[in-house]
Amino acid sequence: MADDRAVSEVKPAFSTRIALRTTVNGNSVAMQVEARTSLLDFLREYMGLTGTKKGCNEGACGACTVLLDGRRVCACMTLAASCADASVVTVEGLAGPDGALNAVQAAFIEHDAFQCGYCTPGQVVSAVACIREGHAKDTATVREWMSGNLCRCAAYPQITAAVLEAAKRGRT
Amino acid sequence: MNDFAYAVASEGNHAVELAAAGGATFVAGGTELLNWLRLGIAAPERVVDIGRIAALRGIREDGDTLWIGALTTLSEVEANALVRDKAPALAEACARAASPQIRNRATLGGNLLQKTRCAYFRVEEPMPWPCNKRKAGSGCAAMDGHHERHAIFGWTTECAATQPSDPAVVLACLDAEIHVVGPQGRRTISAADFHLSQDEAGNAQRETRLAPGELISGYLVRGSAARRSAYVKVRERESYEYAMVSAAAALVVERNVIRHARIALGSVAQKPWRLARTEAELVGKSLQRNALLDAVRMSMAEARPLACNEFKVRLATNAAVRAIEAAGRMQ
Amino acid sequence: MTPASAPPPRAAAELVDGTRIRGGLDQPVTGIGAPVGRPDGAAKVTGRAKYAGEEMPAGTLHAVLVTSTIASGVVTDIDAGHARRVAGVVRVLTHESLPKLAPAPVPPAAQSFMPMQDNRVMYEGQPVAIVLAETLEAANEGAGQVKVTYRAGPLSTFAAAESVKPRSENNGYAFAEIETRAGQPPDPSQVKARIDETYSTATRHHNPMEPSTTLAEWRGDEISLHDATQWTYGIRYALAAMLGIEPRKIHVRCPYTGGGFGCKGYVWPHQVLAVLSAKVVGRPVRLNLTRQGMYTGSGYQPEVVNRVQLAADAGGRLLSIVHDSTNVSSLFDDYVEFGAAGTRGLYASGEIATSTKVRHCNAGTPTAMRAPHEGPGLFALESAMDELAAALDLDPLELRLRNYAEVDPADGRPFSSKKLRDAYLEAARRFGWEKRPARPRMMREGHWLIGWGMASCIMSTFRFASSARVRMRADGTVTIETGTQEIGTGPYTVMPQIAAEVLGVPLERVKLILGSTDLPETGGTFGSSTTLSTGSAVKDACEKLKPKLPLLEKMSEISADGVWKPHGDVGFDATGGKSGYSMHTWGAVFAEVAIDESLGLVRLRRAVGGYSAGRIINPRTARSQMIGGIVWGYGQAVLEESVMDARYGRYLSKNLSGVMLPVNADIPTDIDVFFVEEHDPHASAIGARGIGELGATGVSAAIANAVWHATGKRIRKLPIRLSDVIA
Repeated sequence: MADDRAVSEVKPAFSTRIALRTTVNGNSVAMQVEARTSLLDFLREYMGLTGTKKGCNEGACGACTVLLDGRRVCACMTLAASCADASVVTVEGLAGPDGALNAVQAAFIEHDAFQCGYCTPGQVVSAVACIREGHAKDTATVREWMSGNLCRCAAYPQITAAVLEAAKRGRT
Repeated sequence: MNDFAYAVASEGNHAVELAAAGGATFVAGGTELLNWLRLGIAAPERVVDIGRIAALRGIREDGDTLWIGALTTLSEVEANALVRDKAPALAEACARAASPQIRNRATLGGNLLQKTRCAYFRVEEPMPWPCNKRKAGSGCAAMDGHHERHAIFGWTTECAATQPSDPAVVLACLDAEIHVVGPQGRRTISAADFHLSQDEAGNAQRETRLAPGELISGYLVRGSAARRSAYVKVRERESYEYAMVSAAAALVVERNVIRHARIALGSVAQKPWRLARTEAELVGKSLQRNALLDAVRMSMAEARPLACNEFKVRLATNAAVRAIEAAGRMQ
Repeated sequence: MTPASAPPPRAAAELVDGTRIRGGLDQPVTGIGAPVGRPDGAAKVTGRAKYAGEEMPAGTLHAVLVTSTIASGVVTDIDAGHARRVAGVVRVLTHESLPKLAPAPVPPAAQSFMPMQDNRVMYEGQPVAIVLAETLEAANEGAGQVKVTYRAGPLSTFAAAESVKPRSENNGYAFAEIETRAGQPPDPSQVKARIDETYSTATRHHNPMEPSTTLAEWRGDEISLHDATQWTYGIRYALAAMLGIEPRKIHVRCPYTGGGFGCKGYVWPHQVLAVLSAKVVGRPVRLNLTRQGMYTGSGYQPEVVNRVQLAADAGGRLLSIVHDSTNVSSLFDDYVEFGAAGTRGLYASGEIATSTKVRHCNAGTPTAMRAPHEGPGLFALESAMDELAAALDLDPLELRLRNYAEVDPADGRPFSSKKLRDAYLEAARRFGWEKRPARPRMMREGHWLIGWGMASCIMSTFRFASSARVRMRADGTVTIETGTQEIGTGPYTVMPQIAAEVLGVPLERVKLILGSTDLPETGGTFGSSTTLSTGSAVKDACEKLKPKLPLLEKMSEISADGVWKPHGDVGFDATGGKSGYSMHTWGAVFAEVAIDESLGLVRLRRAVGGYSAGRIINPRTARSQMIGGIVWGYGQAVLEESVMDARYGRYLSKNLSGVMLPVNADIPTDIDVFFVEEHDPHASAIGARGIGELGATGVSAAIANAVWHATGKRIRKLPIRLSDVIA
């Protein structure tokens, strides 16, 4: 594989190292990343934001769900480089500045909507988006629209109940 | 994953220019490409990010036609009021694909360019078994292996993989136009002809009529038949799962008599499989279940199941009938 | 058909009813039996909870395994030249560069074969090289550049391998009898109905959401590990034996473990390889198994083939039960999946004979998976019971009630506690079982055929010697210290509840510290054993602390050490051991499925589970575990299978896109779970038995029985596929 300079000579627009400027949980971030670095590895390995989890690294489990410009996405399937000038919100960015849990987080605790907790950050972020999208109106809709997040402890009925309740409470 | 160089394209022609450097591939959502890179299905030297080209994104109506930019995400297509009204099957196909998270990144352009879910193909390097798609001439491990989910139409002994895209089935059913931009300029390909079955392609690696360096810029859906269209996706897992079989149907019905019918099956071949004989046979028929079944069976008689997927012939037949019935119930 | 003994209405007070419980952390009730929320909840929903390897010392190297592409043979050459030239790659280790180890003790080591000690390849996916790099990206790229050359050897597959009796000597997996026989064969003239069928369950993987992770660091001659484990002490003992160092020099911590379900119970090669790598390079090393690596690096539930023969008289009484099971194992270990474990104790019968065999294949050693033994085995027995009920024209529940075992049918021991009859009748009442049509294909809604099925649940009661320390300060705060692990089963909730009750202090003043070999030793968090075992040790510590409470007037802190062991002062027991009692947990599960025959779809619509499992410490977390178990049973029944291509000895898909696990949309919210009020005075000091695995037993049979009831099709091989159901 050619090094940076060799590639640059061919086509100046291309680079293997990216000076990434983006916003994570409201904070401006400027960091050198590799072009191939996923948003997930960027968050976990470069930023130390380990709340976002790596369950499959192929877009098949949802443990890495984050909000990218307000929409839920799998961070493992997103290049960090493509998040330039974007706004990324992870589970660490959901609670209030005073540490107060948001409605989804509180409802997850109240409904015992997790056990081991490893899928939980992804579930919580996904639920926040699910409610904002208007997909938390009834049980069947929540079940379908929360199906992008696997939970091997299998707290699905409790997750569904928590999402419905948080939606009813209205503040996410 | 190998290291690669990355550049952002500002518009379609710029993307084509950047890719002309060679060893390049395009990325938009990345939901498929990143897996290719991790598995070694692709190892580009350069990646051109087309995700920020605003001109290739969005949905607009122009008289009787609907234009959908290639970079429109599956979520946007699914939620769009125009699509839901004018081509409900397309909205349904997008809604049934993958998961909400994936649909927020995956684009309608990229979705048609996804590759088969054949497990022998989707394996990491170094390959533990032969696959003609991955390495020409190496053989096909599925042929005498596990191929329950494989093709029943259009396959060859070299490869029996299927194309898993949901929207592709509907676009083929609706005779949509696929607009392409490339080094030789712009051209249009019919969605029904865009993908190639193995016997059309002549080898296991070629899957579409897209030439190297070409980019899908958008889709044109026309005609009033799209309004009465339905998509049925059959899968063992209720959600977040590829189809075992899917079926799209679009009808023009007047006074309970079918005037025009278009039907396509998904996950039965390397291309959306149009049931041409059935489409012709249905004209003038009512929506009686037995009549529909007979008409679908005329096309399914041509199916060539593999040793372990004969059930897909029955399944596809039943799914097609369901889709026609669902379209027939629409107003 | 209506069961002869119709379920009577019950007083709600007799049931510990998790389904009715609502409320938050602020609920005033705090002791045993209170449905309090999880103290670790806030850390988990905010992402603050740190799992293994999420905090790394400076200078930590990333390790990525290169694994074998063949399943049998030898490595003839490893060309690491290209890999070493990848920017950021520090070292490439092979079998030639790793220190040699003493033999692995099995268990706590999961398998006796340790990869990379020589050039042998015993299974596909076996580690053959390790790439160490400064970044994860470089380690991954480097691993892709290592060129390994093999000479392939003969391949042993499940289909072709001979079934052999497993070793019972020097085999840690043969902790129960391999063959049992009780009673006498029936008089043929008495036999009204016979069933003789073969039932099989698929190879499946645990697939916890957190892949295994080990962060290893040497500090002088001591080792520090952060590990995603179900058994901190197990790692210590395995490493001590293999490395020949004193156990106390090995420190294992697991702050949180992101699910295990058995695959993080014993010690797998990656944990040892991380330690060896850190030794060789003299830097901390973090080794994350990829999801793919989990398929060959941390065990699996083996395919099990069960032949079940039942004979019953005209009154529906069992005259004979014969259950022979055979499971996959590796070439080097006799892992015994006791398919007939439940069969030995569930029903009264004139004769009960069981046996277990293994077939040695080119695969890693299987390991326990929720639920082991009874999990695969009950699918067979409870399907056969359903077939027998149909053959006798008896209601399936009535058949179970007529063969209810009042004492252990194998040896006549009394049960430590058994309220299964209450569970059957109440679950049947809640489900509305009395309305079940006896014949199949009688219920339909639109495209959907509806079917009802039921099955019994039974699980062994695994008990481990455990210890705990309790400290109390003058300000009234209490700290429990115990080495056990939090894998989602809720010790942060239940241990403080036990202490609060015994010490009479408010729950919010009690804190638990766990997950370290620097804390008092406990068994692993497996076998549904932690609450009863560690909880009993916590109770003992609290009771020893109580007389010292007056000392707090003079001292700032007092403490007491507690210990609990199964009867006979043993470290482990699964069947009641020397207690004189037979110990099991019990249950009944009822399921409603809907089948779209023309599309081959199977969907779960609702389920009821009733359990007799001893005292329930926390009905809220217990309910969650039982729901989880039912979902696991659904996965076993309809979705999960790790297909092996026998030609290559390789799993077809080693990921989550080609292997189906249940998603939210598969699981109805209508899952009704309850526990019968019970206090088991023999199984533990707190009246509890285990629950985690019980809920996953019987479910697949209930679903398969419901599929039969809906369609008339009897499916004896799991998972039930679309192609099995399509008409």
